[in-house]
Amino acid sequence: MTEAGELGWWGVLFAIFAGAIRVSTPYLLVSLGETITEKSGRTNLGLEGTLVLGAMCAFATSVITGSPWLGVLAAGVAGASLGLLHALICNLPRVNDIAVGIALFLLGVGLAFYFGKPFIEPRATMLTGISLGFWSDHPAIRSGLEVNPLFFLGLLLAIFLQWSLINTKWGLYLRMAGESEDAARAVGRSVQSVRTYATVFGGFISGLGGASLSLFYPGNWNEGLSSGQGLMAIALVIFARWNPVRCFYASLLFGGASAIGPALQSVGINQGYYLINAAPYVFTLGLLIYSSSASYRLAGAPSELSLSR
Amino acid sequence: MTVLPPPTIELRNISKQFGTVRALDAVSARFQSGRVHALLGENGAGKSTLVKCLLGYYRADAGETIVDGRRVAISHPAEAHALGLGMVYQHFTLVPQMTVAENFVLGRGKIPLVVKWKDEQDQLRSFMAGMPFRLDPQRKVSTLAAGEKQKLEILKQLYLGRRFLVLDEPTSVLTPAEADEVLGEMRNLANASKLTVVLITHKFREVEQFAQDVTVLRGGKLAGSVDQKDASKETLATMMFGGGTAEKSRVAKPAAVADGVPYLKIHELIADGDRGTPVLNGVSIDVRPGEIVGVAGVSGNGQKELVEVLAGQRATTSGSILVDRQAFSGTRSEIKRAGVALISEEPLANSAVRTLSVMENLALRQFDEKPLSLAKFFLNRSRLAPFARDLIQRYKVRASSPFVRLDTLSGGNVQRVVLARELSRDVKLLIVQNPCFGLDASAATNIRQQIVDARDRGAAVLLVSEDLDEILEISDRILVLSEGTVSFETSRANAEVYEIGRHMAGAHAA
Ligand SMILES: Nc1ncnc2c1ncn2[C@@H]1O[C@H](COP(=O)(O)OP(=O)(O)OP(=O)(O)O)[C@@H](O)[C@H]1O
Ligand SMILES: [Mg+2]
Repeated sequence: MTEAGELGWWGVLFAIFAGAIRVSTPYLLVSLGETITEKSGRTNLGLEGTLVLGAMCAFATSVITGSPWLGVLAAGVAGASLGLLHALICNLPRVNDIAVGIALFLLGVGLAFYFGKPFIEPRATMLTGISLGFWSDHPAIRSGLEVNPLFFLGLLLAIFLQWSLINTKWGLYLRMAGESEDAARAVGRSVQSVRTYATVFGGFISGLGGASLSLFYPGNWNEGLSSGQGLMAIALVIFARWNPVRCFYASLLFGGASAIGPALQSVGINQGYYLINAAPYVFTLGLLIYSSSASYRLAGAPSELSLSR
Repeated sequence: MTVLPPPTIELRNISKQFGTVRALDAVSARFQSGRVHALLGENGAGKSTLVKCLLGYYRADAGETIVDGRRVAISHPAEAHALGLGMVYQHFTLVPQMTVAENFVLGRGKIPLVVKWKDEQDQLRSFMAGMPFRLDPQRKVSTLAAGEKQKLEILKQLYLGRRFLVLDEPTSVLTPAEADEVLGEMRNLANASKLTVVLITHKFREVEQFAQDVTVLRGGKLAGSVDQKDASKETLATMMFGGGTAEKSRVAKPAAVADGVPYLKIHELIADGDRGTPVLNGVSIDVRPGEIVGVAGVSGNGQKELVEVLAGQRATTSGSILVDRQAFSGTRSEIKRAGVALISEEPLANSAVRTLSVMENLALRQFDEKPLSLAKFFLNRSRLAPFARDLIQRYKVRASSPFVRLDTLSGGNVQRVVLARELSRDVKLLIVQNPCFGLDASAATNIRQQIVDARDRGAAVLLVSEDLDEILEISDRILVLSEGTVSFETSRANAEVYEIGRHMAGAHAA
């Protein structure tokens, strides 16, 4: 992390900005996945497991086939499979989605560590960044603006999902399933199938987040790769009040918070390095306290969610 | 619109059992094409269950359904919809967080992949222009008052082109004028051979005025089917309650003139509604011990918000509320100190816990006091059941045991559970909103008597109700709430229905 070194304090700001873009992608994809799942009335707490398993599958596929985009696809499929498992178990009567989520979190992480052992050493073909720094000949700026293609995918997805929730048939069904099971039954719709689709779709997108971790930034595979980013992304959904476009902004904010530590280090400030690296966690906690209230239900929370009932 | 006449539906020997409760026992009925058919019966008689079996919401244990002479098996609401059968449920089935327009579109069988909202809204507006009531398509349903939601439910069914419509107590939240409008419209559609209507109601007046056939249920069995013209109120009441057990409406004696210091003093109250615009615009109401103050008004004029403020569930912009001369904001300790009982509308959603048992719901106010609690920490389980059984008996709650979940009770019985809980304590201030919503005549009389009794024991009572007859029957003073202010006040002795009605309607004339 030296890009900011010679740019001084401006460099710190730039490094935080570039870092925000780089770090935010997994947050963005997982929070979008969780938003869709929760909009249908279910919470999938297993997305941390999905993220880690997605990262491993993407990396392994890229090592074996040499194609990072096949890796991305593999990550999505792995995520969708975990999502399907979650949905099918939750469709059984008297099953609690929170408990199933925690079980799948552990399962996903366990599977990834087990099958991922042989892939800790090898190098995989990475995703190529999209260069937005062509206008500058400053190498730090150029490398800082090598942007993850999955970041743009996430941005487009956020806008598309936002629009779809309001303007498409599936968006309406999704929201109805999440807002009122009674109403859905009265118009003769099964909420279970809607929730199943939503959880599978959410798992797929979250899996892509894993690919972004192992195939772009930090761009390797090891067991400490995610360090709870999938869980923070779920908290972020609450902060974004179940709104895809706000998920995008919130992810940038979280990404920025994570980039503070490395950015300061690059200009030689090392005091409290570990403390500053805890910034995103502290930030998460602060936001959750700030956005909660004793007297109001969270605005925008789908009514059928077990956490808002 | 097809030229075929609307369906004739025959139900033969329908039975339905819920656990140990036999909700329906071989009930038969025939709903004739193009007629309005009233379905009567006490709370828990099985009316809602019968129509839910017909609509495929429940699966009947036995019996058959015949539509236009053809036997059909309806096992899913979608199949009923395909046959043109629709229902307005007793409990609202709208999606509260969505707009009026979204709720309309969702009820439709076919929704295009991409919904063109501008076209939909134009279409809705022109549809509503031909209807007796309209709603802004862009409003969120959660901001609608109960009366408006009911209109939306009915409009939605008509919009979907239903040709057989079941209305489960559609007028409980409407003023008499609105009810006449809605039911009159239903009858017109039936007369024009566009609709067959089944109307579940507790109001004999509506049966007389709008129904052509009447079927009465009692305790899950068919008590009889008659032509409306041949049925006097007395015959119907006998059929409903079985041999004249219907309680005579005891008109409450007015209270001895209550003077002295108001126990509840609401002064210049201003508060915003859900949409952030002022809904209460300076409301002042005094209630003295030993009087019932009735607040009349058309739903949506601030009643819901007024009660929410009193319950401490809504912030105020300005103004004050004094109870027993001390500021009151609805906290548990204030409620206990001042002896306040508050019963808001839709008790299943607002004043009770649907997934807890009847017994637990009855104990909600007192579980941490003697004798239900030991050392203010442990529940004294051995006292709980007798406590609940006593209240169940005194308030005539129809439940198979104190241990069944509250949401398995019929609408009227949920109401009784909440009233039993609130009135069984020493009450100095009673605030009730639409207490008899959905109750049959005998239950309503019973509940009103409980309210009058509370007053006679010295309680100050604020009765917020959309049922003008109820207000006239038991209030000592009557206020009209219109557009968020008290626009009219009269004593019971001087009350004139016409005058009150004119002030209630004031909001619409403007
Ligand atoms: N889902 C259910 N589970 C268990 N019992 C039920 C269920 N639905 C209804 N019941 C019982 O069946 C009986 C008939 O109830 P129903 O709701 O049909 O009465 P109703 O005639 O509509 O009464 P009301 O006028 O109060 O609405 C009642 O004793 C009720 O407690
Ligand atoms: Mg009913």
